[in-house]
Amino acid sequence: MTQPLRIGFIPLVDAAALIVAVDKGFTAAEGLDVTLVREVSWSNVRDKLNIGLLDAAHLLAPVAIASSLGLGHVKVPILAPLNLGINGNAITVSPALHAALTAALEGDALDPMATARALARVVAKRRKAGADPLTFGMTFPFSTHNYQLRFWMAAGGVDPDEDVRLVVLPPPYMGDSLASGHVDAFCVGAPWNSIAVDRGIGHILHFVSDILVRAAEKVLAVRANWADRNPDVLAALIRAGVKAAEFIEQPQNRAEAARLLARPERVGVDAEVIQRTLGGRLKISPDGATRETGNYLLVGREGVGRPDPVQAAWLYAQMVRWGQTPLTPGAVQTAMGVFRPDLYDAALGRSPQPVAPPAAIGAFAGPPFDPSDIEGHLAAFEIGLWKR
Amino acid sequence: MSAEPSPKIVIVDESPIRAAILEEGLREAGFTQVVHISEMQSLLARIYAVDPDIIVIDLENPSRDVLEAMFQVSRAVRRPIAMFVDQSDAASIQASVDAGVSAYIVDGLKKERIKPILDLCVSRFNAFAKLQEELERTKSALEDRKVIERAKGILMKVKGLTEEEAYVLLRSTAMREKKKIGEIAQSIITASEMLK
Repeated sequence: MTQPLRIGFIPLVDAAALIVAVDKGFTAAEGLDVTLVREVSWSNVRDKLNIGLLDAAHLLAPVAIASSLGLGHVKVPILAPLNLGINGNAITVSPALHAALTAALEGDALDPMATARALARVVAKRRKAGADPLTFGMTFPFSTHNYQLRFWMAAGGVDPDEDVRLVVLPPPYMGDSLASGHVDAFCVGAPWNSIAVDRGIGHILHFVSDILVRAAEKVLAVRANWADRNPDVLAALIRAGVKAAEFIEQPQNRAEAARLLARPERVGVDAEVIQRTLGGRLKISPDGATRETGNYLLVGREGVGRPDPVQAAWLYAQMVRWGQTPLTPGAVQTAMGVFRPDLYDAALGRSPQPVAPPAAIGAFAGPPFDPSDIEGHLAAFEIGLWKR
Repeated sequence: MSAEPSPKIVIVDESPIRAAILEEGLREAGFTQVVHISEMQSLLARIYAVDPDIIVIDLENPSRDVLEAMFQVSRAVRRPIAMFVDQSDAASIQASVDAGVSAYIVDGLKKERIKPILDLCVSRFNAFAKLQEELERTKSALEDRKVIERAKGILMKVKGLTEEEAYVLLRSTAMREKKKIGEIAQSIITASEMLK
């Protein structure tokens, strides 16, 4: 008998493992009859997952944690037994801001500390001239994009709550907002950075892998009580996702994966743009300059599908740093408990592996992250709302 | 109506017809302070300028995520809560999701004052969906009729049938092939164009 499942997703390239799992038949092979439900907002995905209209979802990792902690919304314990994407975001700036940053830059444009300091100089100059503060778009209050932008600029001395404006924008609106000058820059996932570059309205300033070596981005999310009631279905879903991720990462399969994702009812953008993202070779400037990296978006390489609770603790630490929640020991444990490598291991029939070392985050600034001492870790950062 | 002033309601909807239907319903029910926002750029600034008690938004609007930023540390004095926060009323949450509408309620408004507004939003959203469905059905029925007329004409000309015989042939073929009569008619038109 096949098990019917409704799974929500947002049209982004990092839903690749989920989409390919269904459209390439990996879920059917596991006895699952999955209906993918395309959604337009993270709020919709979260609410429909919470009230049971969806069995599982492609979800921003911080939303899974916020939901489990009851931050800003209903408290519904969520589990993440599989990473769908590691990294994959980029910071794109308008041509005008790109020119200003380049003029103020001292050092290497690929060094996030150099660009963050350049941003601080641009901000100071604008303030002196009486210009409006720069506006940065990101996708959701509890988003990796929000935290990555903040982490980067704060390292250079820019206070994200005082010196610039951060606004939430749905990804499909990012390009138009940049073109119209509503925002000067944004941080978003694929394919939206590439689309802005192709339109000639933006420069990719940084891949998120410049800021953090490994950043948990999207997870496969399920309600904890659903997972308790449906352990076998969940294990089958994890296996299908892992197989799909491994399929996508084979270079000879990328074109096919990109075609599956490109269809209008899935991500709905040009297959070529998607393939660029999967291959990690991106056009970064309207003049055609490209940049290639081995870790732009990881879906199935190097065991990245296995959730790492240290990543959850780091995301929780960002929520604390930026005043979204106070620091409490119980909450750290709850956050880490959202990421479930044990369920991943059990589904694949693998014996438990030791938790990855704290260096797994690999932030370009500050001390190595230590989940057992979040207070000490945050104390090392000059800028943040939690101290005020 | 109570003696309390009518709450200020903002409707965020890119569909002008649906917004009008909702606005009319709210006004009829005595809610006189209704503002419709259809422009999504600088949405938060527009909302703050109105300073509403309730914000109604359709679930197909990506800008729902923009509203979530209102829960964050913000410069706004009054902070709203989402209707989904109230877990006590699962049935009305389900009804609103089914209807495709969501609401954000600013602190301080009493629950008994919110309920009739939400119920009204749900029923008007459903009414709009039904209207649209009917429109679609009428449109496709009209399309079908045109296609069938053309196919009948082709059959009459090519096979020398009367109008009734042509229709019977279409209908019996549709039944035999388990297809809609409109589909059979369309394939006749397509085939005859290819054979021209």
